[in-house]
Amino acid sequence: MKNRLKVLRAERDWSQGDLAERLEVSRQSVNAIETGRYDPSLPLAFKIAELFGLAIEDIFTSPSKEPVT
Amino acid sequence: MLMNPAIRRYYRRILPLGLVYAVLLVAIVALFWRGALHGPIAYVAALLPAVPLIGTFVALGQYMVEETDEYLRMLMIRQSLIASGFMVSVMTAWGFLEGFGLVPHIVSYYAAVLWFAGLWIGWGYNIVAMRRPA
Repeated sequence: MKNRLKVLRAERDWSQGDLAERLEVSRQSVNAIETGRYDPSLPLAFKIAELFGLAIEDIFTSPSKEPVT
Repeated sequence: MLMNPAIRRYYRRILPLGLVYAVLLVAIVALFWRGALHGPIAYVAALLPAVPLIGTFVALGQYMVEETDEYLRMLMIRQSLIASGFMVSVMTAWGFLEGFGLVPHIVSYYAAVLWFAGLWIGWGYNIVAMRRPA
């Protein structure tokens, strides 16, 4: 699932490790989510959204709305 | 290597189990080799090496329950599923070959050996999947 995690993280000058620490997950988890290789559960998606003060759909792009390549 | 508290607990559980397994196996094989075990004691002794092996399965289950990082938990579950699929596939294929008298009989504890080998295959798959572009 595409997302804006990398941009949001960069805006705050956070490393993947910084974000992982704030989310209480591994850096590998952040990397997997950020690169779209792993879709987080709803509770984790909410946690991410709350951390950035945004709605889930402001961070993650619904697969149905992703452009067909 | 990822070493969060759940993984550390997992290793703290399986490393002693591996040591106990090795010691028990060597000791009991030696005792059977000398013909020192008979009757009910022989049954108990023969089962003893299975106990730490079963313990490793329990430890893996405990890890899956205790792991709070859902991504790491998913990796371990996928690794275990690949191991299970590998073991069941090989045992099934071997069973048919054996049933038609084409290969020799193998003792069933090789299921555990294959499962542990399958964990390495699952680990390799996870490494490839982690590096693959989304």
